[in-house]
Amino acid sequence: MGWIGETMDSIKSLQIRQVLTQAVSLGMIVTSALIIWKALMCITGSESPVVVVLSGSMEPGFKRGDILFLHMSKDPIRAGEIVVFNVDGREIPIVHRVIKVHEREDTGEVDVLTKGDNNYGDDRLLYAHGQLWLQRHHIMGRAVGFLPYVGWVTIIMTEKPIIKYILIGALGLLVITSKD
Amino acid sequence: MHSFGYRANALLTFAITILALMCAMASLSDNFNTPTPSAQVQVLNINWFQKQPNGNDEVSMTLNISADLQSLFTWNTKQVFVFLAAEYETPKHSLNQISLWDGIIPSKEHAKFWIHTSNKYRFIDQGSNLRSKEYNLTMHWHVMPKTGKMSADKIVMSGYRLPAEYR
Repeated sequence: MGWIGETMDSIKSLQIRQVLTQAVSLGMIVTSALIIWKALMCITGSESPVVVVLSGSMEPGFKRGDILFLHMSKDPIRAGEIVVFNVDGREIPIVHRVIKVHEREDTGEVDVLTKGDNNYGDDRLLYAHGQLWLQRHHIMGRAVGFLPYVGWVTIIMTEKPIIKYILIGALGLLVITSKD
Repeated sequence: MHSFGYRANALLTFAITILALMCAMASLSDNFNTPTPSAQVQVLNINWFQKQPNGNDEVSMTLNISADLQSLFTWNTKQVFVFLAAEYETPKHSLNQISLWDGIIPSKEHAKFWIHTSNKYRFIDQGSNLRSKEYNLTMHWHVMPKTGKMSADKIVMSGYRLPAEYR
């Protein structure tokens, strides 16, 4: 009896240790992803350092599914820059190019007009009703870098959530069943 | 230890690392290119020049733009976005930039061009300051890479002046 009890104990302790190791390694993966994201936020000064292009309004420069890296510095906004902006009453940020800038002498405030390279007219139709110009606070960042196609992963995942769940399930299963 | 999953994982990690490295190297290789672009712009005619009912000056002009941007293209260049902006100062605004014309250059073969056009976007001031206003015409370009860092630069052409009277 004593011998069986000892074996059972050793098996139990082994399993607990294994489960704990796996939980810790899973936690490490999640936290390191979070750390990288937050560090990018600190470095770029933008609240969303990476955005995925969702529309074709900047084609052929940026296509749907491309990834843009944003940077938000104190430098003033100038014509020609590609900025990401939020319009009041719209949830999804827009990536377009600045075509007109009027900077105030006294306060340094800017009035900015944007346009998508592939659109026929400027963006006044997209702005809130009656809004003619964008101000500094609408702008989340300017695009500095570019990576093609990678954004399709997130587009597919948001449009077909079932794939996301399958992927998470498969990864979870892999972590649980893997032996070091 | 050498299971299918383990090998697939190692292969995938290696492939992604190499791909990322190649993208980074392609982007860095752009630094070896020192472009020498050139541009000339002539204002051929002021088509009309008037004050809008809301008090803002508006001007319409005919431009002759010629440029040679071939040296901007490298193997990592997808396209060059080029635009011509009028830039001037007014008492109230320390900087006004108004894009007058823009275009997308898809390849090196199209990078040496000549165009005769009226302004594509409306040249409207915020106020009524445009009479005999001296302004710069600036040729800006924005190099969009196949992957990596975007870059931009400009040529400033100064000494243009608008007429003293509305017409």
